[in-house]
Amino acid sequence: MRASNPQTAEPLVSVRDVQLHYRVGGVFSAMRGRSSVVKAVDGVSFEIRRGESVGLLGESGCGKTSMGRLLLKLEEATGGEIVFAGEPVTGLKGAALKRYRAKAQLIFQNPFDAVNSRFTIRAALSEPLENAGIPAAEREGRIVKALELVRLPQPQQFLDRYPHQLSGGQLQRVVMARALILEPDFVVADEPVSMLDVSVRAGVLNVFRDVRDRLGLTAIYISHDLALVRYVCERTIVMYLGKVMEDGPTEDIVREPLHPYTKALVAAVPVPQPDQSHAPLPIGRGAPDPRNPPSGCVFRDRCPYAFERCPREVPRLRRVGTRQVACHLFDDTTERP
Amino acid sequence: MPDLAIARPGLPVRLFRSLRLPLNDRFAVFGLAIYAIFVIAALFADQIAPYDPTEILYTEDYDLAADLRPGEEGFLLGTTSLGRDIFSQLIYGTRSALLIGITAAFMVALIGSIVGLVSGYFGGWVDAVFMRLADIAFGIPFLPFVIVLAAFLEPSIWNVVLAMALVLWRDTGRVIRSQVLTLRSRGYVDAARVAGSSDLKIILRHIAPNILPLSFLYGSIAIGWAILTEASISFLGFGDPDSISWGYMLQDAFASQALAKQAYYWFVPPGLCIILVVAAGFFITRGYENILFPKLGR
Amino acid sequence: MTEPLLSVRNLKVSYAVGGGAIDAVDGASFDVPRGSILGLVGESGCGKTTVARAITRVIADNASITGGEIVFEGRDIAAIPERQMNALRWRDIAFIPQSAMNSLDPVYTVESQLHEVLRRRGGMDRRAAQARAQELFEMVGIETNRLRDYPHQFSGGMRQRVAIALALALNPKLVIADEPVTALDVIVQRQILDQLRALQTMLGISVILVTHDISVVAYICDRTVVMYAGRIAEEGPMEAVLTRPMHPYTMGLRNAFPDLNGAASGILTPIEGAPPNLASPPQGCRFAPRCPFALEVCTKGQPPLRELVPGHRVACHRADEAPVLRELAAKTETWLVPA
Repeated sequence: MRASNPQTAEPLVSVRDVQLHYRVGGVFSAMRGRSSVVKAVDGVSFEIRRGESVGLLGESGCGKTSMGRLLLKLEEATGGEIVFAGEPVTGLKGAALKRYRAKAQLIFQNPFDAVNSRFTIRAALSEPLENAGIPAAEREGRIVKALELVRLPQPQQFLDRYPHQLSGGQLQRVVMARALILEPDFVVADEPVSMLDVSVRAGVLNVFRDVRDRLGLTAIYISHDLALVRYVCERTIVMYLGKVMEDGPTEDIVREPLHPYTKALVAAVPVPQPDQSHAPLPIGRGAPDPRNPPSGCVFRDRCPYAFERCPREVPRLRRVGTRQVACHLFDDTTERP
Repeated sequence: MPDLAIARPGLPVRLFRSLRLPLNDRFAVFGLAIYAIFVIAALFADQIAPYDPTEILYTEDYDLAADLRPGEEGFLLGTTSLGRDIFSQLIYGTRSALLIGITAAFMVALIGSIVGLVSGYFGGWVDAVFMRLADIAFGIPFLPFVIVLAAFLEPSIWNVVLAMALVLWRDTGRVIRSQVLTLRSRGYVDAARVAGSSDLKIILRHIAPNILPLSFLYGSIAIGWAILTEASISFLGFGDPDSISWGYMLQDAFASQALAKQAYYWFVPPGLCIILVVAAGFFITRGYENILFPKLGR
Repeated sequence: MTEPLLSVRNLKVSYAVGGGAIDAVDGASFDVPRGSILGLVGESGCGKTTVARAITRVIADNASITGGEIVFEGRDIAAIPERQMNALRWRDIAFIPQSAMNSLDPVYTVESQLHEVLRRRGGMDRRAAQARAQELFEMVGIETNRLRDYPHQFSGGMRQRVAIALALALNPKLVIADEPVTALDVIVQRQILDQLRALQTMLGISVILVTHDISVVAYICDRTVVMYAGRIAEEGPMEAVLTRPMHPYTMGLRNAFPDLNGAASGILTPIEGAPPNLASPPQGCRFAPRCPFALEVCTKGQPPLRELVPGHRVACHRADEAPVLRELAAKTETWLVPA
């Protein structure tokens, strides 16, 4: 049961035209015709309401991880703005930044990298509590409660252990516990199960869903795996080369993908069923290169439906039914494929 | 009241553990033993050395006890041309050697580590400035620099320390910076930032413990350098005439034509000591390398 | 029935660790028919990579084949001298290691790396090698004008194609690919898998595909071998193993994979616990500690591989009850461990 209705008014997180551009290379790269700017995130806009679980889906280089880091202030946006609960986040520093940090947390991809191997589990979980000024006497209790929340059996036994003494699944739950220990408003989960064994993933994902429901957490789930995103998120944002291609209810996107890229993505996912389609994917070859994105629509060089408008004009996100799609095909003047 | 939430041992224990003394390597243990011997000699010089090293001594017949060979008149290693006991000089020489060695090594390790930490962690213009300074330091030839410094300041054993502190942090700084760059991209550093830890806290808690072995590695290299440099300076005559060091002994022997006089007992012991201490330093360094970079292979 | 191309019988591989030995593979047996794709599936530590490497005898220094036979084209290659094995590598059996795309030498062009195989191992002259290199690139779907490029100029997916080209260079009969698409994005993954399938059909080769992803197995494999803790749990036609599994582990594994075509409300059911420590494996069936259907007999003795349905073998004491167990396995409650 959800603790709050996702449809309530104010969006919790509002991202407007956010950009993250890196400068790379120098004079020589420019001379060789290679751009010196990598547009990791290039004009992304979306809103997330309290209690929503949104998947940020895309392949490597699409900017989803960068977007997650921007939301957590691990990187500073080079353009656009991010607003959290009405307050702009983009310029935060000092005490205000610390307050924000308590509200926005991260669950990592590699649990063994996410916890300092020299720290005990207790020490790792204490760090956020210390920073928030929680008195020492209270900490142990909170730590145990957090470990219970992520369903680690008999939490006390883990407190003095070191990360390498835990299994991947257990450690990932510890990482989750650490993210939740300050009762944040929203959590960014970056491929939280991709490094775990398959039979363990389900357990961790179920805990995530359960915790999210119980605490009414707002969650952003970053992944390249559509099947997993579908399991956790009722809404999905599909990204490609730093831009949003499609944004809408996950079920709709899976059953009837609109954007040509999403169509290819959905068709490409293998299923554990013997009779699946082997039809060639409706997408051109080649890999997205964030340094040299195509002009106009960034997907046009691989898109089977590209026409003359595509290289000229960057498509804007337009509302189509329950979703938003950035594709000229969905402009009122053109008909759908 | 003990902090229940953090069950970590106290700072001195942690520091010692961070040392990660290379006790597995036979050479390193040998090196550590040599150091131990010299440290004891330095600490108990007053007890061990039979005479004051600068004291001009006389035989029972009231003759100057000059150029005596080992064993004569009870002088273990003989005497100098001026009548001073070589053995006592050798023993007291450990003091200045170790003093300079350890102080200089400490300064080099400290400055290099701080620069590496700050540069690597913060990046940006801070990094650019420090690395340009390092480039300048790399361009300076060390021995001439020490000589020039000795010319401007009073000749003193601390010149070497100062010169090293000003110049030799460059290697340590660069290497530690690379290590910090790698560590900085680890997940737990991001986790600490997201958890609200300040930069200082992250540096001290997460990054510094991992680079301390490297600091010690470079420190142990620096000890050898310092002692060698001091010996060279003293030998060239730019050293402190008031303190007896092994380099000074060599200079004294040279000036008194010890080789012609075949007074091997005069210059061979200090030379040997220098070699031993520097070699010991390198053995310990090698032991650390095996710990830090096990894949280098034997 | 034609002889299988490769027949692994009771293979045992041990690693010397510390003072003792760990049996990473403890009695694996399966057949690879001619002209088919076999999926070797299991989770980390199950021994699938060790088996794959053992077939080519490219195993770690502290590993050794301690038992069993590897019969390739009627000849046991498990113990033949290294020189003879070397003659087989690349020419008859090719191996694409995990993240092969990262093991291309960065300082040589891909053409020269192809030539190294074609000329040194294949004995071709320069002209023949050049022609073959172009042919290979066409086969794997890379523009031939990219032969002179360096590995870093290719994307991950393209590098993987180069690795496949290298493996196919001397027309091997058997290609063993270790997690060939794991590190790739889903669209590229699909394209590489399609390419592999096309190549297999075109050249009539056999492929052993090692993976942890049963969806990949479902996509291109003809037969499947499921491994757990160093032993074979189940082996059979892919369709049978996937839709009518006979081993509880396979049943549980299925539950753990989300199905995009299935209902959205499906629950993923984990298999609680973890694989056993192979340094001290349990007596009896290795899956018993995690198996919801374990009986006393399961903890006593190792279940033998039995062929209850033609072509479909399983190592489970309760395999005869498979249809009933399958029904139960489909329910989430079956897998819940009492707190």
